[in-house]
Amino acid sequence: MTTPLHRYRIVQWIDYRLPIFSWTNEHLVEYPAPRNLNYWWNFGSLAGIMLVVQIITGIILAMHYTPHVDYAFNSTEHIMRDVEWGWMMRYLHANGASMFFVVVYIHIFRGFYYGSYKSPREILWWMGVLILFLMMGSSFLGYVLPWGQMSFWAATVITNLISAIPWIGETLVQWLWGGFSVANPTLNRFFSLHYLLPFLLCAVVFIHLWALHHRKSNNPLGIDVKSPKDTIPFSPYYTVKDLVGLGVMFFVLAIFVFYLPNFLGESINYIKADPLVTPPHIVPEWYFLPYYAILRAVPDKLGGVIAMVASIAILFVLPWLDTSKVRSARFRPIYKQFFWIFLADCFVLGWVGANPVEGSFILIGRIATVYYFAHFLIILPLLGKFERTKPLPESIHQAVLAKKGGADASGAPPDSSAGSSPGGAA
Amino acid sequence: MADTAPESDQASPQGEETRRDFLILAAGAMSAMAAIGVAWPLIETMNPSADVLALSSTEVDISEIEVGQSVTVKWRGKPVFIRRRTQEEIDAARAVPLDDLSDPESDEARVQQAEWLILVGVCTHLGCIPLGNKIGDPRGDFGGWFCPCHGSHYDTSGRIRVGPAPNNLAVPEYEFLDDTLVRIG
Ligand code: HEM
Ligand code: FES
Repeated sequence: MTTPLHRYRIVQWIDYRLPIFSWTNEHLVEYPAPRNLNYWWNFGSLAGIMLVVQIITGIILAMHYTPHVDYAFNSTEHIMRDVEWGWMMRYLHANGASMFFVVVYIHIFRGFYYGSYKSPREILWWMGVLILFLMMGSSFLGYVLPWGQMSFWAATVITNLISAIPWIGETLVQWLWGGFSVANPTLNRFFSLHYLLPFLLCAVVFIHLWALHHRKSNNPLGIDVKSPKDTIPFSPYYTVKDLVGLGVMFFVLAIFVFYLPNFLGESINYIKADPLVTPPHIVPEWYFLPYYAILRAVPDKLGGVIAMVASIAILFVLPWLDTSKVRSARFRPIYKQFFWIFLADCFVLGWVGANPVEGSFILIGRIATVYYFAHFLIILPLLGKFERTKPLPESIHQAVLAKKGGADASGAPPDSSAGSSPGGAA
Repeated sequence: MADTAPESDQASPQGEETRRDFLILAAGAMSAMAAIGVAWPLIETMNPSADVLALSSTEVDISEIEVGQSVTVKWRGKPVFIRRRTQEEIDAARAVPLDDLSDPESDEARVQQAEWLILVGVCTHLGCIPLGNKIGDPRGDFGGWFCPCHGSHYDTSGRIRVGPAPNNLAVPEYEFLDDTLVRIG
């Protein structure tokens, strides 16, 4: 493959020895992408950018942070007050973690809606689920570092989940703590692991993209690319489209960083950790709330932990639970409705997770938990059998050109006016 | 794709074991053992270190504690509750039939002296510190402790009565050194 750059001798010289120019050309420039991708396809690259933002701001923070129970809280305040621009780095990092989750959750629900987990993209999907697990690990570990009250008690409650494992749980959790409770050895190793995990994340992201570029992107119609007429080159079409999304995302992030920096946090985390006093109402960060609700919906310690882990692990087998041959919800009128109910169910779980386990929250939490699993274990397998799907278009370019009467391939999808479709611009 | 092994590599006819098979197996087994041997110390380093293990006992002066009062002391980084129980509290704890308990233990087995209840103040669910030691704290439906995190209620013997916690509050090892001094750990 030759790029326009290949007219330079130096480029030829390098490329002959290390084909980075050809490689870039193959994967980022000429890379054939379906011509009908909508804005929901922005979120993968946005997630990648957020990972980079977290790593850059994190490395800066680590230059000023001290992972010791006597200094951690103060060094975080030192970053906030004394280090030049330190407040901005910390607010970017803390709110960046939230932005990362927003983007990744949208990315996952995009997958649900358009059936992106189906053959031949199962391994691509698995890598995604693994990324979600690693992200949850990273942000949990990071949240412990400022050593405020919420940091400490989140660390205590979450690590104690391990003690639910029969027989070895207790030994395992003391091994993880390096002591008899969450204490200095714990903070120290959490810092070490918090530094490590994002780089493991990079490796898994690489495999995720490798699988993607091998079988190529799904698209809003969910049908395979059949001829070059169905595709357009990644650059400039999708590089520019991704940049638009990037601008919007950074705008939203900036609103939080500069105007609402503590909106998503808990004010009690500005009180230094006290191992002898549990705050009256402990809640995880918003991105963990649905799982927390599932944990608490089961009135048994081990059962709750199993349900919580299963709620994410079930995504690994999703490609086989959804038995429908049709990928995109556009052609699955019943699934489309269950998609929205499922999304609402996740919001209900999040809302329950933010509230104490009392009164009607208990019942609502249990119903929402049962529905969550029923969606995967009952509704999806049955829909594949009984749903009457709509006829699929012949090919991507025919569908696009018929609806638009032109070649505006990168614009809004054909049915963006339908309102019920997430295909419309965000 | 194109680089195929030289012909001579496919030495043996199919199905027959050769010295090469044996060597591959032996080398594989040795490598696996070496990997485990290396992993072991790496994993062990994360266990509680000697200095952490050394900090294992605390002495407490209990002469100032009034009947009905509770104090919290720190032991191994965790709170220990010391409650000087009233007669009613003792009676209440002893009146409960063991069948009513999800983790059956008699009150007698949980104390050395009926008046003094000494417990590790860590909820056996997910490790929060139950409320009930300070004046004005909620003590739950059974007059002992109440864990605000996920709503576990403990009775006046520190036994779990209602809520997600699986076990009673743990009783640490302790010893009355004399009338006023108790050593925990
Ligand atoms: C997957 C990417 C990452 C995520 C999701 C993440 C998440 C978090 C979160 C949620 C916090 C707590 C923020 C707060 O309330 O203060 C945090 C703190 C921290 N992170 Fe990260 N992080 C990531 C990558 C990194 C990297 C690569 C480093 C480099 C060493 C790093 C270094 C730190 C430090 C030093 C702190 C403590 C200072 C502070 O609390 O602001 N992080 N991280
Ligand atoms: S930690 Fe006490 S009830 Fe969950």
